Amino acid sequence: MKRLLCLPLLLVLAIHAQAPPKRIISLVPALTEMLFAIGAGPQVVAVSTYDVEPPEVRALPTVGALVDPDTERIIALRPDLVLTYGSQTELHAQLTSARIAFFDYRHGGLDHIMTTMRTLGARTGHVEQANAAAQALQSRIDAVRTRVAGRPRPRTLLVFGREPGTLRNIYASAGRGFLHDMLVAAGGDDVLSDMQRESAQLSTEIILARAPDVIIELNTANRLNEADLKAFVDPWSTLASVPAVKNRRVLVLTGSGTAVPGPRVAEGVERMARLLHP
Amino acid sequence: MSIRRRIVTVVLAFAGFTLAILAWAPTVGSTPISLARAFDRSIPWDSNVDAQIFFVARLPRVLAGALVGAALAAAGVILQALLRNPLATPFTLGVSAGGSLGAMLAVTLRWELSVLGITSIPLASFAGSSIATAIVYALAASQRRGLSTNVLLLAGVTLNAFFSALILFVQYLADFAEALRAIRWMMGGLDVAGYLPIAAALPLIAVAFAAFATMPRTLNLLSIGAEAAAAKGVEIVRAQRLAFFSASLATGAAVSLGGPIGFIGIIVPHLVRLMVGADHRVVLPASALFGASFLVACDLAARTLLSPLEIPVGVVTALIGGPFFLWLLVKRS
Repeated sequence: MKRLLCLPLLLVLAIHAQAPPKRIISLVPALTEMLFAIGAGPQVVAVSTYDVEPPEVRALPTVGALVDPDTERIIALRPDLVLTYGSQTELHAQLTSARIAFFDYRHGGLDHIMTTMRTLGARTGHVEQANAAAQALQSRIDAVRTRVAGRPRPRTLLVFGREPGTLRNIYASAGRGFLHDMLVAAGGDDVLSDMQRESAQLSTEIILARAPDVIIELNTANRLNEADLKAFVDPWSTLASVPAVKNRRVLVLTGSGTAVPGPRVAEGVERMARLLHP
Repeated sequence: MSIRRRIVTVVLAFAGFTLAILAWAPTVGSTPISLARAFDRSIPWDSNVDAQIFFVARLPRVLAGALVGAALAAAGVILQALLRNPLATPFTLGVSAGGSLGAMLAVTLRWELSVLGITSIPLASFAGSSIATAIVYALAASQRRGLSTNVLLLAGVTLNAFFSALILFVQYLADFAEALRAIRWMMGGLDVAGYLPIAAALPLIAVAFAAFATMPRTLNLLSIGAEAAAAKGVEIVRAQRLAFFSASLATGAAVSLGGPIGFIGIIVPHLVRLMVGADHRVVLPASALFGASFLVACDLAARTLLSPLEIPVGVVTALIGGPFFLWLLVKRS
């Protein structure tokens, strides 16, 4: 008899566990953008301090970020799902003891973005929208691949950080991760592909030795005027023997979109392809 | 052997060793180059990769390393004598922490001004060092009886801790990318990719060394004790002030050029003392020379060991310097 009484209770619990979350907190900007892209935006109640896209998130409360999640505020907001980064192990333990479900994520390659969107769709009750959004993203990237197929692939260095006004502390994408994948999809040949790292700090000697045909440099400013752009790339002129410098193919990709492995990557790939194959 | 001959012999030996390292270092690196091609003027500059690697990537690095290494090692000698403390380093008195704080602010607030081609980070770093020097001096000189080395040490150490806390605070408030760049700057780096940053630091370090050159005898007396030195006719306050300001100038300029590269300022003076004794007439020039060759050698390791990856040079100085120093210490005792 007791067992029979337990059965409905278990059923209710099981249904409850599968019910889509109503109050989501995202601590990862890329995931926040994905949630809005798959129609789960209205379920988001708070985001990380780094979140600025889409514009709707700017009105939401913030609860810390990667290294400083504000656990108290997170729990106080009574979320039923928290999207976290893989390295936030302490937060995971705290959420587990508070019986709050979390979605664990780490950045990966370009395909991982589409996969994650689909997984998030299933987790938040937006399967169809997520599949459609992922498919649309995939089609845009495939269209670029088709457009550049067969063209000569310039040996490209993709730089995403550098001490302003100098060639010191240069950081570049180095053979792995979504930036590398974007470069390859856009029809470039990664000049550091043998390094097999998501990022590497480069000496000027390595850049001179690798002699890239094109240097693409990311700049998070949304728009730069001609003079600023010229001043920004000017330090490269020191490396006069690098073909990219000699042939004036040090190109700047502005905007924050390219640096976030979320739904804006398709636009990033398209813009990168236009730079590489005008 | 007379002391004069001993000084000349030791300094010549160290100078020879340093020159050999300085001549050898730019010929090796992660990429094999042809020296004949690098020095062939008939090949146009913008198509001579070997020349570019030699003159843009390697030579400035070697020169910056020599300058920073010499400045930090000599400043270490001066401060150890001034404070009569074997644990003193160029970073003890808060000067480098002030310099680092300035650089951190320039990184995280994205200051992008430049003066005569010198960019915001070295400028802000040197400004920070100067402010820290002024604060420490004002505190230590407020005592009636000249410059109190105890107050100097305590004020310096406290200011160091205070600035370090501010550095962490600034890094904490920074955006992720800026925080990473700031952390990387703190590890030190000599890939200056040009001669302008070196030319900017050189006059400052030259002035400091001109002051250092007048000091060895005074330092010998000061390291016995202020009263003994005064009895021998040393103008204590003047000597202390000169030692403090010149060491701070050398440190501030070195940090603005290469970042706060640790271990050089403490290990090199002690290594040199273990090799040649404690007379500052020998120790000071030998330390400057050995500091130069030691840092250049560490940077050579930094740029080749894991190539094409770089190891931050500050990590190498600690990893090589620490065990080497301990080995020498144990072997001697």
